[in-house]
Amino acid sequence: MFEKALHGSRRYWMLLATLGIIITAGAIAYRFQLREGLALTGLSRSVSWGLYIAQFTFLVGVAASAVTVVLPYYIHDYKTFGKITILGEFLAVPSVIMCLVFILVDLGQPFRVFHVIMYPSLSSLMFWDTVVLGMYLVLNIVIGWTVISAEYKRTAPPAWVKPLIYLSIPWAISIHTVTAFLYAGLPGRDLWLTAITGARFLASAFSSGPALLVLLCGMSRRFTGFDPGERAERSLAVIITYAFSAHVFFIVLEFFTAFYSGIPAQRASLAHLYWGWGDPGSLTIFTWVSIALGFGALGVLYSPARRRDGWLLAAVTAIFISVWLEKGLGFVVGGFIPDPLEHVAVYRPTAVESFIAAGVWAAGILVLVILFKITSGVRAQAQR
Amino acid sequence: MNRTRREFIRTALERGLVVIGGTAFAALSCKDIFTDDGLKTHTGKRWGMAVDLLKCMKKESCVDCIAACHLGHNVPDIKEVKHAITWIWKDEFERVLPNVHDEYSPPAARHAGTILLCNHCANPPCVRVCPARATWKREDGIVVIDQHRCIGCRYCMAACPYGSRSFNWSDPRKFLAKERITPAYPTRTKGTVEKCEFCVERVDRGQGLLCVGACKEKALLFGDLNDPKSEVRAAMTGRTALRRKSELGTGPAVYYLL
Ligand code: SF4
Ligand code: SF4
Repeated sequence: MFEKALHGSRRYWMLLATLGIIITAGAIAYRFQLREGLALTGLSRSVSWGLYIAQFTFLVGVAASAVTVVLPYYIHDYKTFGKITILGEFLAVPSVIMCLVFILVDLGQPFRVFHVIMYPSLSSLMFWDTVVLGMYLVLNIVIGWTVISAEYKRTAPPAWVKPLIYLSIPWAISIHTVTAFLYAGLPGRDLWLTAITGARFLASAFSSGPALLVLLCGMSRRFTGFDPGERAERSLAVIITYAFSAHVFFIVLEFFTAFYSGIPAQRASLAHLYWGWGDPGSLTIFTWVSIALGFGALGVLYSPARRRDGWLLAAVTAIFISVWLEKGLGFVVGGFIPDPLEHVAVYRPTAVESFIAAGVWAAGILVLVILFKITSGVRAQAQR
Repeated sequence: MNRTRREFIRTALERGLVVIGGTAFAALSCKDIFTDDGLKTHTGKRWGMAVDLLKCMKKESCVDCIAACHLGHNVPDIKEVKHAITWIWKDEFERVLPNVHDEYSPPAARHAGTILLCNHCANPPCVRVCPARATWKREDGIVVIDQHRCIGCRYCMAACPYGSRSFNWSDPRKFLAKERITPAYPTRTKGTVEKCEFCVERVDRGQGLLCVGACKEKALLFGDLNDPKSEVRAAMTGRTALRRKSELGTGPAVYYLL
């Protein structure tokens, strides 16, 4: 079955080569960071987590979003998703891999990462996050691989995967909830210390993950012999619409509590993120791009334009970028501003940091492309 | 292999029970919800400090305590604020104790340099979050870090609500002149977190703290908070003692006297 990944068009190999180059650039940048330390990043004693941990947080969401196709298909017998459930499961695999690599590149002493297992701390959410993520990765590899092998052999999947699939549903929710707890349990970080952090994470995950799936379906239709079907995309669009609306609503809730209560600490981070309080040149621009893209996308998704393929793809792209900016940058960095002594520190990712992040993304995309290549190969064969 | 695994399972079970039991207990014993205190978590000795602000603020530009600590503990002198390592340092009064100043307090008082250090919390969030058990609270209340175990994840920096922890963004030895190194104390490597440790190495030998010894005004007092006759408790009697963000339930062991 793996041979499907070894035969491809020129475009396929060009894509792999490009990804290979980006990965190499990232690896070289990481060599530097390993030698010189994290001083090469834009992080500081005030903003001590940045791009890496934010990517991790965002990608846990993408990984968890597999549930948006697995659940309707397996629990509600929603046949339309029959062709794409496997894509959802396979999207989770590279996402979790990227999560783990992003944690690793963020460590000051990466060679000591095994201390997390040697000296486990059950009171640390980071320990739990590593455990649930590792388990989720195994679940999705096993499920995805078993299901696609069965298709390859033209047999029904073995009965024992069913319980695993059911287990993967609450598990998907758990990975993102635990990731939210990582933030929501810290005293004194008011942007994070709110009970709806977990809910916000799920809402944004269930909009950005399916958005990516729609894009991948679109690409699959255009570039491979496998067509997941337009109906599946439309159904995903419905999920995206509701999840993203909830996401926007939750942000409104945060604003209400912070500003109506008038508590300064509650207001500070939001004010910084949204209109540059304390430092006008900061992250505000990203926030507003995120807002503009989000509302633009919602406009399309709630209007008849959504039925046009091009518009739909544009809208989901906008949603993906919008959530990425909000969660893959703003939420994590914003939580550190102002710092405990109320200083406003500027955080800007450096070139080294960006190269490393790009390298990790490229590695994830590489795994994704290979998995999708295998799947579409097997599927195209079946469709013939 | 086997031993570690057994140990792993045992600690896992133990800690699991502690977390579940602790949460349940905390949730049920609501009448104690507003007392974070050291008295509850430390029945024996509990080291703590009092900063006499009236004495300290008399000498605005004095950095004797900082110099003594940083020299004795090989704390690198990094000029770039972003990457600075600080065990004990100064910031404006209104930032250190934001709830105490108001719009009518004289600007000079608001901006006065005020001493900061790790609070050696009774209920330290930094310890709670550390995924490698690289930082912990000793029986006597001192919160320490094992430099060899720390993986540099900086979760503790996100969790400490006081900004007490510093990270070695690069090799700290680059910033330590040879003649400035105190051989008796270890230097650190890049990629780990460090902070004030209440001079554990000295306290365990019955010696006093470097900062306390360096202060000519005698503005810093150190001792057993649970001993009513200790110097630190004596200094607190009759004074207003403030703690930083005590509303967070962390139970700081550093008191600011007004
Ligand atoms: S002040 Fe910060 S570093 Fe020190 S014990 Fe408290 S939480 Fe931990
Ligand atoms: S940086 Fe070190 S001390 Fe802090 S939480 Fe991570 S492992 Fe623990």
